[in-house]
Amino acid sequence: MARVGDELTSGAELQELPAEEVPEVIDVVAAGAPPELVAQTLGGYLRAWGRRIRGGDSGALPVIFALAVIAVAFEVWTGGLFFSPGNLVNLFEASLVFMTLGMAEIFVLLLGEIDLSAGYVLAVGAGIAGLLVQKPGADLPWWLAVVIALLCTAVTGGLWGTLVARLHLPSFVVTLAGLLIMWGVMLVILGNAGAISISSPILTNQHVLYEFVNGEVPPLAGWIALAVLAAVFGTAVWTRDMGRRRRGLVAPPPGVTLVKIAIAVLAGVAVVAICNVNRGAVTAVVEGVPWVVPIVLAVLFLWMMLLQRTRFGRYVYAIGGNPDAARRAGVSLVRVRTWCFVLAGLTAGFAGIVYLSWQGGTSTNVNGGEYVLYGVAAAVIGGTSLFGGRGKVSQAVLGGLVIGAIYNGLYLQGVQVQWQLIATGGVLLAAVLIDTLSRRGALTGSVTRM
Amino acid sequence: MSTPSPGPASPAPAPVPARPGQGAAADGAALLRLRGIEKHFGPVQALHGVDLDLPAGKVTALCGDNGAGKSVLTKTIAGIHQPDHGEIVWEGRRVHIRTPRDAALLGIETVYQDLALADNLDIVQNMFLGREKLNRRLLDEDAMERLAVETLASLHVTTVRSIRQPVASLSGGQRQAVAVAKAVMWNSKLVMLDEPTAALGVAQTRMVLDLVKRLKEHGLAVMVISHNLNDVFEVADRIAVLHLGHKVAEGPIESFDREIVVDYMTSGRSTRQVAEVGAAGRPPAEPAGGVRDGQSRG
Repeated sequence: MARVGDELTSGAELQELPAEEVPEVIDVVAAGAPPELVAQTLGGYLRAWGRRIRGGDSGALPVIFALAVIAVAFEVWTGGLFFSPGNLVNLFEASLVFMTLGMAEIFVLLLGEIDLSAGYVLAVGAGIAGLLVQKPGADLPWWLAVVIALLCTAVTGGLWGTLVARLHLPSFVVTLAGLLIMWGVMLVILGNAGAISISSPILTNQHVLYEFVNGEVPPLAGWIALAVLAAVFGTAVWTRDMGRRRRGLVAPPPGVTLVKIAIAVLAGVAVVAICNVNRGAVTAVVEGVPWVVPIVLAVLFLWMMLLQRTRFGRYVYAIGGNPDAARRAGVSLVRVRTWCFVLAGLTAGFAGIVYLSWQGGTSTNVNGGEYVLYGVAAAVIGGTSLFGGRGKVSQAVLGGLVIGAIYNGLYLQGVQVQWQLIATGGVLLAAVLIDTLSRRGALTGSVTRM
Repeated sequence: MSTPSPGPASPAPAPVPARPGQGAAADGAALLRLRGIEKHFGPVQALHGVDLDLPAGKVTALCGDNGAGKSVLTKTIAGIHQPDHGEIVWEGRRVHIRTPRDAALLGIETVYQDLALADNLDIVQNMFLGREKLNRRLLDEDAMERLAVETLASLHVTTVRSIRQPVASLSGGQRQAVAVAKAVMWNSKLVMLDEPTAALGVAQTRMVLDLVKRLKEHGLAVMVISHNLNDVFEVADRIAVLHLGHKVAEGPIESFDREIVVDYMTSGRSTRQVAEVGAAGRPPAEPAGGVRDGQSRG
């Protein structure tokens, strides 16, 4: 902390204390503990990182590693089908529902609660939005249909949240009831038709919704957008980290910042490059990044800002970590908890829109019970704790990709659905196991003794 | 208790203010004076007309056996309980502390035994929990981190590896230090510590006791609730003993020794004299005297 003391405005206070006090303190504190997070060089940072991983605090590493292993295994097993651009885009589109449902679950998982209704909330959201753009029928503008669907799903979330937060009912039971209720509601609103389609190319409102997932950004526009995004992201991260370093705050060394930016940009380049390969059949050209990618990214960014950079987000984590501490700090537990359920409902509704667009319609066959479990699994595989207080929205994206990759790979191999279920269950168990073991390691390993 | 409500104290965060010289003159006008505090819960009388002075720049130890009323008294000062009778005088003015928020506005902070830290948040996030600084509606992490560093440095808490590590990875003593730093960051004038060294090892106890002394040097009034007489005699300037809801003794540390305190804690009185040599002219411990009167209320 001497590092910081140099520029303290209140440094004078240190000198006001009796001089003989200071050596005594140093006796006590074994003053040399190296600040691992304030390592000044790339090498020092890597060594500290290694220590942290050995201590069990591994962050996103296990899930990225798992994803790589799964991908390589399937690539070998399927004889090169897995990594074909067409398949990768398919895989990504199929993972979208898992990812977005995982994002929805993270809001409640962070509190240590759960939302079992999200799968059928998705189905209801898809049903409402789909019905509202039918012709003959309501034929509302597509954006209005989306807004109404999202409002409805947010309200259902608010209902569960109110019951959980105000009446202290267990969220497991409330949202289990919610699962059944929303299942029924889905059957009511889709009951007459049984299935609705939005894939008509001539009805504009249906077509716009359909194009979310099935339409592409023109390749050139994709590259330009990526360049702009990369420039903005790179500059923002660089100036933030360098500014913090200059002001003596905790920040990674410049090398690490550069590596971070480079990895993000390379990932973006890879996505755009893969999507821009023509993956169409012989007759049609299909190329470009699906519109849903920037849309999901925007939602991801929004929720990341909300959870990491606002008071509300801080309180969500605080309640998940220690509700008593949050209450004593003046946080309104009722309000924060209720809003988390609202946001979960809203995001599940968004997942419904994605589902509707991906499938080109919806039907009474949507298995919301299965989807919600995959949503929870996506969050947990990504590294979110079921016990509250630990997790990030971005982890749902990685976890959703893992589930999507398993499904896709086994499907390519012609493995039947029962084995897909068993494999996904195994990965979920492994994720929980890694999480629990690493936490145990983190608790015992990195405690600094004085 | 018809009194003006607590005057506004500046809630703005600031590093611990050093107020040299304030400690010496404290005995005359204590920062906080309790007079005749009574509190009952249903038929159970928890506090019987308790008087207590907490001067600035001094550490006052509050001792007593289980059920003596230590936590009720602490919670009364902290605004969690309302006294049934009696008055609280803060900086010479009668005040009414109705909520913990009122207490915080006056500059009274309490560090409870469970510390009220969120394990998953880092040190900065914990220190500012509920009072985050904002910059255009977003959290101002830079400002919060800088203030947290300043506060910890002014308390000489230098053992933590990084101020951005989660509290779960800290030792017991470090956690206590973070909780104390959190309490003193807001221009607080009185800090009450509930069993700060319970469950701590030797070295960590040492660190926390040093921290308590440093609070005193910064001119704060400190009240330490403790069973551990070693700690009490190490840091306290004054001792007050509660026994079954009565304050049975209060005075400077010199007028007590261990046996006397134990006598007061267990039986409510002591016939011993301070045994130490060279302590000529020291006053004997004040007997409880007047506080026993008027305890039966209807």
